[in-house]
Amino acid sequence: MSTVFIALQTNEDTRPIIEAIVQDNPAAIVNEAPAMVKIDAEGKLVIRRETVEELIGRPYDLQELQVNLITMSGNLDQTDDEMTLYWNA
Amino acid sequence: MDMQVAKKKLGLKERYAVMTRGLDWVPSYQKMEDIYPYMTYEGIKIHDWDKWEDPFRLTMDAYWKYQSEKERKLYAVLDAFNQNNGHLNVTDARYINTVKLFVSGISPLEYVAHRGFAHAGRQFPGPGPRVACLMQSLDEIRHAQTQVHAVANYNKYYNGMHDFHHAHDRVWFLSVPKSFFDDAITAGPFEFMVSIGFSFEYVLTNLLFVPFVSGAAYNGDMGTMTFGFSAQSDEARHMTLGLEVIKFILEQDPDNLPIVQRWIDKWTWRGYRVLTLVAMMMDYMLPKRTMSWKEAWEIYFEENGGALFKDLARYGITMPKCAEQIALEKDHLSHQAWSTFYNYAAAANFHTWMPDEDEMAWLSAKYPNSYDKYYRPRMEYWREQAAKGNRFYNKTLPMLCQTCQVPMIFTEPGDPTKTCYREVDYKDSKYHFCSDHCKAIFEHEPEKYVQSWLPVHQIYQGNCFPEGTDPTVEGFDPLAAVLKYYHLESGRDNLDFEGSEDQKNFDEWRGMATKNV
Ligand SMILES: [Fe+2]
Ligand SMILES: [Fe+2]
Repeated sequence: MSTVFIALQTNEDTRPIIEAIVQDNPAAIVNEAPAMVKIDAEGKLVIRRETVEELIGRPYDLQELQVNLITMSGNLDQTDDEMTLYWNA
Repeated sequence: MDMQVAKKKLGLKERYAVMTRGLDWVPSYQKMEDIYPYMTYEGIKIHDWDKWEDPFRLTMDAYWKYQSEKERKLYAVLDAFNQNNGHLNVTDARYINTVKLFVSGISPLEYVAHRGFAHAGRQFPGPGPRVACLMQSLDEIRHAQTQVHAVANYNKYYNGMHDFHHAHDRVWFLSVPKSFFDDAITAGPFEFMVSIGFSFEYVLTNLLFVPFVSGAAYNGDMGTMTFGFSAQSDEARHMTLGLEVIKFILEQDPDNLPIVQRWIDKWTWRGYRVLTLVAMMMDYMLPKRTMSWKEAWEIYFEENGGALFKDLARYGITMPKCAEQIALEKDHLSHQAWSTFYNYAAAANFHTWMPDEDEMAWLSAKYPNSYDKYYRPRMEYWREQAAKGNRFYNKTLPMLCQTCQVPMIFTEPGDPTKTCYREVDYKDSKYHFCSDHCKAIFEHEPEKYVQSWLPVHQIYQGNCFPEGTDPTVEGFDPLAAVLKYYHLESGRDNLDFEGSEDQKNFDEWRGMATKNV
C-alpha cells in the first residue's frame, strides 16, 4: 500500500483537527515542519466530522478545512460526515 | 475561525448535483458543436459528461464563503507584516532574491493560469468541469493579485522588482516559465487540463510551493509564507481537479489512453525543466535551507508520484519515461543552474553570490556523490577569483533549447563532464535541444515549436533594444542596451549581492531597528 498524506497549516483551527485525525487513524504519522503539519498514513486516511465536533464543541462543516489545507495526496471522497483520502493500489 | 454552520436542507451530494448539473440546460436552437467547437480535434472522446464529479463537492456559494475567509486572514497578516517592517526580520538580505525570482517568474504565470482555466472551462460542455474550472480560474487571479500585493512591500525597499511583468515578458531566463505556460494555454482544452491541472498541479506543484513557502517560513518572511499558504489552500482543490480530469478522461474511452500518456510524458518533462529555477533557489538562494532539491524530489516525486502512478496503472498509465533521466540529474541540476546564473549575473534581475564555507559544507553533505567532485572546485575557484578582483561576468549569449528555452547547460545523462546537445533539421533550419525529451517534444509538434520566441535569437536579431537604438555606432554596448529594454538598471538590479545597494540598505536599516541611533 502507498502512503496518502494531508498537510495543514499549524494554527488554532487545525489543532483539534489533527487531534481528531490521530484519534480516528491510529496508524497515522504526524510530521511537524515549520508552520505546517504533514500527516502520513498507509493506504487510507479519514477525517470524521463527529470527532472534530466533539473536540471543538460546536457544529463543524468539513469544507471549512479548505481554509487551512496546504496539500494532500491520494484519491479524495468527501461527504457531509467524512473526508477520505485513499489509494486503490 | 468561528464560522456558523447553518442547518442544511440537502446533503452534500444532492447539493452538489443541484448546484452544478442542476443548473445546466440543453441548447435548443444552436448546435452543440458550434457552442463547443474545440471538443473533438484533440482526439479525446467523451460520452457522458455527467460522470464527472468534484470529490470535494464544492458549490459556488460555499466557494465564496471560504475564499473570503482566506482573504480576510491573509490581508490581516500582510497588514501586520507591513506595520512592523517585517522585511527586516528575514534571515539575511540575500533571501529577498528568492522573492524577486518568484514575482517575476511565477506570479505572472498565476495570471496566465487564470486565463487558461477561464478558457478551458468555457469549452467544456459538462457543468462539473465547468464549475471546477471557474473556481480555479478565480483562485488563480487571486493568487496573482495577493502575490503582487505581498511583494509590493519588498519592492518599496529593494531593487529588481519594480517592473516584474515587463521583465517576465522579456528577460532571457524568464522565457523559461513564460513559454511553459504559453505552450499550455495554446494547446487544446483537454491538453491544457492534463498539462496544468494534472502534470503541474498534481505531480509537480508540491515541489514549487512547499519549498518556497516553508523556505519563507524558515527565513523569517511572514508575508511570503502567508500568501503562499493562502494560495496553497486552493492548491489541494486544484490537485484534486487534476487527478479527477485524468480519471474521467481515461474512464470515458479506451482510445484516450495513448493521447493522455503522451501528454503526461511531455508535461512532466516541461514542468520539471521549469523547476530548475526552484532547485537552485532551494540549494543556493535560501540562507537557511529547508531541505535539498534532491530530498524534495525524492519525497514529492519519487515517493508520492510513485504512489500516484501505481494507482493510475489500472487505467494503463505508466510513470513518464523522463523520470529516469531526472533521477540521474538530481545530483547535478541545482549546481549547474546556479553556476549559470553566477556567470550571467550581469543580465539578471536579482543578485548572485558564491556559497560560503558553511554552505559548501551543507552542499557536500546533501550531495555526497557530486558536489565535492564536480562543483566545489569550480565554485572555490570563482570565489578566489572574485576575491582577487577578477569577478568575471559572462557577456556572450548562450545557445538555448528550442523547447524548454533553458540555456544548453545540462550534461549527458550519466556523464556530468559532458554537455548534452541534440539537434534536428527541419525545413532548412537546424534546431537545438538540451535533451532527448525536449527533442522528442519538438519532433512531435515542430510547427508549434519553430515559433518559439528565443531571447538569445531575438537579441542577436536586434529585437531587444529600446526603440531608436543604433547598434552600428562605435563602442555600442549590446548588454547595456538589452538591460535598458528590460527596464533594469545596471549596477543596481543585477550583479553580485556583495556590494549591492540591497546589502548596504538592509544592513543600515536593520542596524537602525536594533540600536539607538
Ligand atoms: Fe495558483
Ligand atoms: Fe530543453
